[in-house]
Amino acid sequence: MPAVQETVDQVRSLDVDQYKYGFFTEIESEKAPKGLTEDTVRFISAKKDEPEWMLEWRLEAFRRWQTMPEPNWARVSYPPIDYQELYYYSAPKRKEALSIDDIDPEILATYEKLGIPLRERDALLGIQSGGSKVAVDAVFDSVSVATTFKEELSKAGVIFMPISEAVREYPELVRQYLGSVVPVTDNYFATLNSAVFSDGSFVYVPKGVRCPMELSTYFRINERNTGQFERTLIIADEGAYVSYLEGCTAPQRDENQLHAAVVELVALADAEIKYSTVQNWYPGDKDGKGGIYNFVTKRGDCRGDRSKISWTQVETGSAITWKYPSCILRGDNSQGEFYSIAISNGYQQVDSGTKMIHLGKNTSSRIISKGIAAGHSDNTYRGLVTAHRKATGARNFTNCDSLLIGDKCGAHTVPYIESKNSSAQFEHEATTSKISEDQLFYCRQRGLDPEEATALIVNGFVKDVLQQLPMEFAVEAQKLIAVSLEGSVG
Amino acid sequence: MNAEIRPIRTPAEQAFIAALDGLPASGDRLADLRLAAARSFAEHGLPHRRVEEWKYTDLRTLMREAVPVAGTAAVAEADARATLLRGVEARRIVVANGAVVPELSDLADLEAGLSVTTLAAATAAGDEVLSRIGGILPGRYDAALALNTALARDGVIVTVAPGAVIERPIHVAHVFAGASAAASYARSLVVVGAGAKLTYAESFEGPEAMAYQANSATEFTVGDDAHLDVVRLQEEGTGAFHLSTLLFDVGRQAQVHAFSFGIGAAVARTSLYATLSGESSHVGFNGATLLKGRQHADSTLLVDHQVPGCESRELFKTVLDDQTRGVFQGKIIVRQAAQKTDGRMMSRALVLGDEAEMDNKPELEIFADDVQCGHGATCGAIDDDLLFYLRARGIPHKEAQSLLVQAFVGEAIETVEHDGLREALVERAEAWLKARA
Repeated sequence: MPAVQETVDQVRSLDVDQYKYGFFTEIESEKAPKGLTEDTVRFISAKKDEPEWMLEWRLEAFRRWQTMPEPNWARVSYPPIDYQELYYYSAPKRKEALSIDDIDPEILATYEKLGIPLRERDALLGIQSGGSKVAVDAVFDSVSVATTFKEELSKAGVIFMPISEAVREYPELVRQYLGSVVPVTDNYFATLNSAVFSDGSFVYVPKGVRCPMELSTYFRINERNTGQFERTLIIADEGAYVSYLEGCTAPQRDENQLHAAVVELVALADAEIKYSTVQNWYPGDKDGKGGIYNFVTKRGDCRGDRSKISWTQVETGSAITWKYPSCILRGDNSQGEFYSIAISNGYQQVDSGTKMIHLGKNTSSRIISKGIAAGHSDNTYRGLVTAHRKATGARNFTNCDSLLIGDKCGAHTVPYIESKNSSAQFEHEATTSKISEDQLFYCRQRGLDPEEATALIVNGFVKDVLQQLPMEFAVEAQKLIAVSLEGSVG
Repeated sequence: MNAEIRPIRTPAEQAFIAALDGLPASGDRLADLRLAAARSFAEHGLPHRRVEEWKYTDLRTLMREAVPVAGTAAVAEADARATLLRGVEARRIVVANGAVVPELSDLADLEAGLSVTTLAAATAAGDEVLSRIGGILPGRYDAALALNTALARDGVIVTVAPGAVIERPIHVAHVFAGASAAASYARSLVVVGAGAKLTYAESFEGPEAMAYQANSATEFTVGDDAHLDVVRLQEEGTGAFHLSTLLFDVGRQAQVHAFSFGIGAAVARTSLYATLSGESSHVGFNGATLLKGRQHADSTLLVDHQVPGCESRELFKTVLDDQTRGVFQGKIIVRQAAQKTDGRMMSRALVLGDEAEMDNKPELEIFADDVQCGHGATCGAIDDDLLFYLRARGIPHKEAQSLLVQAFVGEAIETVEHDGLREALVERAEAWLKARA
């Protein structure tokens, strides 16, 4: 059945033409020379004052990258990217800020305009209006410009800082974990990122610590022709818990810009990491001109027993999204979750999904993916669930629905389900009516029709996770969740 | 990611290319078709795991040995080998080593509206029906079909005139006979006219523990309002390599049901391509596969909804024992014009062996907004609760398992409409379970 009017209106209101964050901040910046050579890599490393081993690591990645072909298996098409036409490093021209007052007022204004308070005082005012306290790391083009609540966090023992600082201050931690989840040679874009990454966040939560507040990074691409290559590394030591949020926007431009990020999560025994993304890069205009190419490698490693990693993503931006947040369920009884809402409009192309790799015993994973395609867009879910020989008792439940609005768009589902041992129990379904017979029955008993009941259950389910987002994300995200699932197809 | 790297041709590929070199340069349409297929094989070769459609069945690795094209089979041996579905009352045609054996085939007393001939005879006579061979294309390169097109010289051609209802099923028994491993190729064509009705059965068998290769392809053209039932039983010898391709073109308001039952072969791959080109047709493609030892079976299908209002149903069941590997790849395409499509695809696997592997890939590609499509895939061991229930009633473990497997497979077999054929398949499933116990 076709989508209901309410949904159509909802999606239209998110249309590409109404991108709110398309402004550009006039600010002097310092860039690396255009193009990519070993010198560029050395330049970035020198800018960051990195130790020798880090430079070697980058150079090795760069040499490897030169030998790799660009992947073409995803269901996206774009003109070839000229990697020599890009700037790989761009930073606002001002010495490193020691306190918030040293930050260029233009940048502060930019973040204010985006609704991200960088002054702790402002952020605290936010509490009174109902928001929770969130520590923010603000990344502007290639550098981190401010990190809030650092002191309060360090009292709890939590390390939250730009990764470029962490390389200098905690080299042993960074060295131990960097590239251990997404190896340098993992894939074309991850390898490129390893060579030229400029900034991103580093989080370490020590044993048994529950991180006292939400951590968040806000990425902003500002400069023209600049690629953003951020690198995030989050480590939750035994029994730790951390919830991390990520948001992104970029100015409205006619040319395409590249964003190739790598995110690595490591959860040791009994640890839990919750990673949420609201991705709202500039999607291009209504004719498909401009927009961000979002080629991202995100992977979490449930390294310890009983660890848990949960990915939540709300994808509305980018001209092209190529993103598969994955979980390696290595520890026994570990859990992986993936909740995704991907909305594509205009000429956007989304090829997104997840990988759940079951290696340990009694591991479980859950995938809930909702794709909504409108306009001329293509929305693909691509996912892999695999249980290895020794992953006895592995369980997976997958539900991926997609909804088409209009007859010029496409929705595709490409799941791979590989079971290599007899005690693995995999279920994959694409119908909304099968979520939980018990819950459905309960709702129907109370007079709701199946569709209402289903929507209620799914919304309630997803909301659970989304309500944990800070206010500024939640408003946007909830708007998307309000989209009715009526008329969904597998 | 390195798909563009051209692999070195394996001995098997080189042997195939050499065999294809002997084809006549040109001539009639069929010769041109063969030549084109040979050329495309020479270009692409055998598919490997980097080729998406063969990701889980790496022909290049699995098909190491090239075997010579099979010679003519001895009639007595072919007769002795053709044992499957003998109990079913049907018009039997025996195809041994890819060639129709007239002595063993029931080609006389044809019902009104039915015509049965062979590809070899039609070629010799320059029959007009040949123009339909190669009429349905899979829309992508398929190595098995290319080899078949290039190398098959015989097969069965069945034509049902518009409006004719053929009650007696036609059973084409493919057998491999011979003392040493060889490759057989059979190409068949079934044309069901508008409003006609036909039940068509195929069976495949051969000697045990011999690495022979059987490659069969059948094209089905189903006219408007026609009704076609296809029942297939594959029980090749345990060393065999079985490749079959089914191509369907379905007309307006036609009904097509196909059921594939696979028990045999060391490696089996069945590719089914269906194009729904007439509005409001109904198709059901179902299958069941029972595997033991180290067998590998792959069911791949592509259902292409091109027009509005069609309904497609797929149900595939796989039982995996020991160290077997089962593959299901299903793809439903709904074109922009195909509004009001109703497509459902389900793959269920029951894993009995600790080291068995099941790979599922149910795919949807949808370009129309007013459709209902869904797919599901499950994979797991026998439900302990069910086993417990039966055992609590005094049924021994093995028997309880057998009962549950039978029920599991039974759901798919039940979709076979013809009583005799359905019972024969149930009997084969029971025999498999008995051999297991």
